[in-house]
Amino acid sequence: MIGIVGTVPDDNFPLVHGKIEFSGDKIKINNNFVSINRCTLALMAAALKVSETVKCPEIYGFLVGDTGKGYGSRKLYEFLTKNLSSFDLDILTFHYLQPDVDWHNKILFAIEDMKKRPVLIADAGFMYAAKMSGQALSYDFFTPDAGELAFLADELAPHPFYTRGFILSTDEDLPLLVKRAYKHENAARNLIVKGKTDYIVKNGEILKTLDSPSFDSMEAIGGTGDTITGILTALLGAGFDFTKAGEMSCLCNRIIAELLNPTPATQVAELIDKIPEAMLKILDGKF
Amino acid sequence: MLRFFKKLIKPKKKSADRGIMVFENTSEVIRAEKILKKTGRSISVMGPPPEIRTGCDLVIEFPLIEELELKRELSKSNIFPAQTVPVGSGLLQPVSLFHTKDFGDFIMVRAANMKITISKKDRRIVNISGGGCPDVPYLAEKMTGKTLEESPNPGDIGHTLCGYALQLAYEEILKK
Repeated sequence: MIGIVGTVPDDNFPLVHGKIEFSGDKIKINNNFVSINRCTLALMAAALKVSETVKCPEIYGFLVGDTGKGYGSRKLYEFLTKNLSSFDLDILTFHYLQPDVDWHNKILFAIEDMKKRPVLIADAGFMYAAKMSGQALSYDFFTPDAGELAFLADELAPHPFYTRGFILSTDEDLPLLVKRAYKHENAARNLIVKGKTDYIVKNGEILKTLDSPSFDSMEAIGGTGDTITGILTALLGAGFDFTKAGEMSCLCNRIIAELLNPTPATQVAELIDKIPEAMLKILDGKF
Repeated sequence: MLRFFKKLIKPKKKSADRGIMVFENTSEVIRAEKILKKTGRSISVMGPPPEIRTGCDLVIEFPLIEELELKRELSKSNIFPAQTVPVGSGLLQPVSLFHTKDFGDFIMVRAANMKITISKKDRRIVNISGGGCPDVPYLAEKMTGKTLEESPNPGDIGHTLCGYALQLAYEEILKK
């Protein structure tokens, strides 16, 4: 089973967990219906769309309402520390959660108590906490964008907001940032660096780069990084090896852009709809 | 057995998510402490590290991620920290570089990890991207589709450092 952990931007949304599925243009979880706008819902929708063309295990969500005050995230952290050991998960992806080092460490301990250790993916706020905690190497995948890679490379920065200026650099410097992130043990064993050029990295070594097809407007569209993490989650669940799954995720995101030819005003839900078509092209060897 | 020992290992960056607020004088620290504790905040008053001893002998340690919200709460009582820095990092400063990207009909401004994009024609916010804290989707929902003038100010409704970064990007794009 695939597990995805994250938040919904509504403080009144309860803590829920259960199988996720589409219901029209929304995601249904335990009789709650949530719009696919961006962030964790975009990630979940992307994973579900992949499962329409690739045989994946059931996708299970853990969601709570949180608008940034952190109350919901802490409630979810507490639930997971108490209950994770009762779930049988192959893949576990953590996403938009209030970064909190203490809770992060409790979650890692709870994972140690699971019967089988799932493949661990961290992105967004939970990746920030994982880096801050000094436990980045406990993860199989981080999926930063170029700016977040600079944060991982800055051994002192506790949040991307405090990344030091000399580390923020151009796309050409990304390989150096990859090295620096690994030097200070602030990167997971595998990285997908999402950007104008995507980098697939394993233990500090850049195995693959992808830069076409390329659409500048994707940078402006909220949620286009979340879709890559969602596609990756599903592909790993389907049994693809880490490097292949990483490469296919980045390629799929590029093909959906090519299919839609987006502008900076395009919304991520329009792109997500194109995932099955893009995935079929990849599986048919047309890319 | 291995798991038992793992649980004995202390995380190596225990205070990595804490920040320090420095004030002009001690009485401000005491007032700030009173206000923040009254609202149930997880803060403590401490002595400052040597590199930020600027006359005040007390600082407030707080969860760094809540910087924006705490500052807003203090500003209601006209208390403004002289400086805010992460714990254990010397004098790290917030990202101050802005990147602007012109897409023709649209313009995007990035501050730290947050990006805001508007249509040049009517200054309508068409997308908000980046970030990782839970107020990002909330802010995006409240702001996208509105003009810069109609949009709520992210500094007023955001709560985290991502919200803070978006506020900086918003202020920058207002100048365009």
